[in-house]
Amino acid sequence: MKLADYVIEMLNITKIFPGIKANDNITLQLKKGEIHALLGENGAGKSTLMSVLFGLYQPEEGCIKKNGEVVEIRNPNDANALNIGMVHQHFKLVECFSVLDNIILGVEPNKMGFLQKADARKKVLELSERYGLKVDPDAIVEDISVGMQQRTEILKMLYRENEILIFDEPTAVLTPQEIDELMQIMKNLAAEGKSILFISHKLAEIMAVADRCTVLRKGKYIGTVNTKDTTVEELSAMMVGRQVNFKVDKKPSEPGEVVLDVQHVTVPSKIHKNNAVKDVSFQVRRGEIVCLAGIEGNGQTQFVHALTGLDNLSAGTITLCGKDITKASIRNRSKAGMSHIPEDRHKHGLVLDYSLEQNMVLQRYWEPQFQRSGFIKFDAVREYSDRLIEQYDVRSGQGSVTIARSMSGGNQQKAIVAREIDKDPELLIAVQPTRGLDVGAIEYIHQQIVAVRDAGKAVLLVSLELDEVMNLSDRILVMYEGEIVGQFDPKTVTVEELGLYMAGAKRMEV
Amino acid sequence: MTLLIKYTLIYGIVLMLVALGGCFSEHSGVINIALEGIMVVGAMAGLLVLVMLPSSIVAFWRVFLSIASAALAGLLYSALLAFASINLKADQTIGGTALNVLATAIALVLVKRYNNGLGGTQSPKLSFANGDFLFTIGPITVNVFLFIGLILLVVAAIVLYRTRFGLRLMACGEHPQAADSVGINVYKMRWAGVLISGFLGGIGGLAYIVPAAQIWNFEVGVSGMGFLALAVMIFGQWKPGRIFLAAMFFAVFKALANIYDSTFLSALNLTKEIYNMMPFLASMIILAFTSKKSRAPKAEGAPYDKGMR
Repeated sequence: MKLADYVIEMLNITKIFPGIKANDNITLQLKKGEIHALLGENGAGKSTLMSVLFGLYQPEEGCIKKNGEVVEIRNPNDANALNIGMVHQHFKLVECFSVLDNIILGVEPNKMGFLQKADARKKVLELSERYGLKVDPDAIVEDISVGMQQRTEILKMLYRENEILIFDEPTAVLTPQEIDELMQIMKNLAAEGKSILFISHKLAEIMAVADRCTVLRKGKYIGTVNTKDTTVEELSAMMVGRQVNFKVDKKPSEPGEVVLDVQHVTVPSKIHKNNAVKDVSFQVRRGEIVCLAGIEGNGQTQFVHALTGLDNLSAGTITLCGKDITKASIRNRSKAGMSHIPEDRHKHGLVLDYSLEQNMVLQRYWEPQFQRSGFIKFDAVREYSDRLIEQYDVRSGQGSVTIARSMSGGNQQKAIVAREIDKDPELLIAVQPTRGLDVGAIEYIHQQIVAVRDAGKAVLLVSLELDEVMNLSDRILVMYEGEIVGQFDPKTVTVEELGLYMAGAKRMEV
Repeated sequence: MTLLIKYTLIYGIVLMLVALGGCFSEHSGVINIALEGIMVVGAMAGLLVLVMLPSSIVAFWRVFLSIASAALAGLLYSALLAFASINLKADQTIGGTALNVLATAIALVLVKRYNNGLGGTQSPKLSFANGDFLFTIGPITVNVFLFIGLILLVVAAIVLYRTRFGLRLMACGEHPQAADSVGINVYKMRWAGVLISGFLGGIGGLAYIVPAAQIWNFEVGVSGMGFLALAVMIFGQWKPGRIFLAAMFFAVFKALANIYDSTFLSALNLTKEIYNMMPFLASMIILAFTSKKSRAPKAEGAPYDKGMR
């Protein structure tokens, strides 16, 4: 194969951070017009490699070639000049600006410094038409959906006439429908001759959209495969380094006494006048995992907030182990035996600028084992945190003193899981516990949740992922528009049947 | 009534100029709490130039040079804030507070030194003639700052909303990482924002003192006008048009303190202090009710660090 067949080559890239080789002799070759997936677990070095390509980091060794010529990329401007564009995982959009302003920012058409938006608007509308990227150029970014924000980011690249497009975990924030749309957009872009690098750890998406896939593991290059010659199992084995069990091993559940009893709970909506949660009643018993399934935005979040005390409910009662906790404070709920793995780990799970050990004792620092007359026993905290890190395999740069913000998403989640499970709760509420995690971490967290159940605790799982719902739960409740519209046994129900209830096409009296 | 209009215009323009300054600084992402100090330094520089210029100079140049030096002094003084908060990544509130304390001290030292050289008195007061700054339109005496202020208001609005510079400046105050990722130099834009605020703040300082007095005691600085301007900026929601209206609103209260005894209010027999407190009380009450909805530039106050993601 001739060199110029590759539009971008990253040859033998090594990038070292203090204490860790983030990229160790990695080679990645991108053909013109292909969709090339970059697969790896959290912390495998995918983002680092892309940051090198985008000029955010300088590699210690190795070189980058464009169309066979060695190029140097010292900053994002250099990358831009080489027509390399990137959609970051966390969008880089100014929220109070219009879509159009965000697209032109940095390359504003102007006369003597005065903005000339008319031409820009025409160009944006043309691009949006040509690639099927529906946006309203005058809408303010904070008012539009996440999907449209992402299309704005893509238009930003196209407006700059970038040829090499990097997508950093683009599907993590999207709904299933938006994911399908994005896949189609990516295919359109490739068909128009754009070359796409697609970072992901979702195997199904890679199989669906990518031509080739390069796998990284712990900073090392594992291999590059054609997706049509491989299987999900092979890819996941390459990624994790061992066979992954997609099916959760668990014994049949033996439900015991009632732990959580929710009766007629109604929660008002903050957005509209109707109630977000309407007259919801159910029970969770010892030794069972009850899953609240549903499409995002059907009241699950509001229900969990009311259940955990983050918000008030307008009617109904919540009883935990026979004790009425309807009006109890969050700490009292926690003391009564409630653990909560929150949906938004950055907002409700961790204090990001605190160290790992401080986060580990967030709900327990006041217990006698961690304080004496108002002074924290730092040794005891450190000892406790070190034990959790060890036991739950939480990986971080500096152990207990690592700032939570600097940890990878998977390890942040593991830290929360460790903290919540180690409290030895009567009821574990796990909301989207594996969102955005790779298969290795998912497998681990699923095992932990099953272990909690087997220890005779009650588990309430709230999940949007049907695989997770089917695999993990002993009983499924479907929530649609704030109501429970169905109750199922996962062994007897099909995914299609569940889908009908989740979409509101069918309902039963529960 | 004419007196009320006169003073409202004087104070309104001052508050507007300084609040516009704050608006540029905050849109770039730097909280400029040093506006009070910048006003003092600007006023001092402008007045010193005014009194030191030989009397042979024509009125236009006298006015121009004193305003220019006030603006320049404000700009240079704000460079201290820019350096501390952008390059050294110092806490912006602490840096600004330090500059406020320093400004009055500098003014006292320099003015006393100047008076000392003249006749041996250690007075912190400066006497000056303000006739060159004033015009009469019909029954109202207005000053040159009214015109300068209105022109700068229009310029500020155009710069913020119609130019490449304005778009980039606001991006830096809202989401500096986004600005950086499209190749905008965040540090440079923040420097520009702070320097503009110094420029406007310096003019504002002079505009506060010159039109209404012939002698100024630098021990009182600019008596809280810089802080009031911050309230105006917030009430004006960081938007030039609304800042103008907010400035006029607060100026009415401030003007009342000057003229209450010549109106029906004198019948109430309240002391002057009550009226002096009015603008500050009003700002407290208004901000308490409106600050919940106010939308400050998102990234203001946080030093930008390229390494953080």
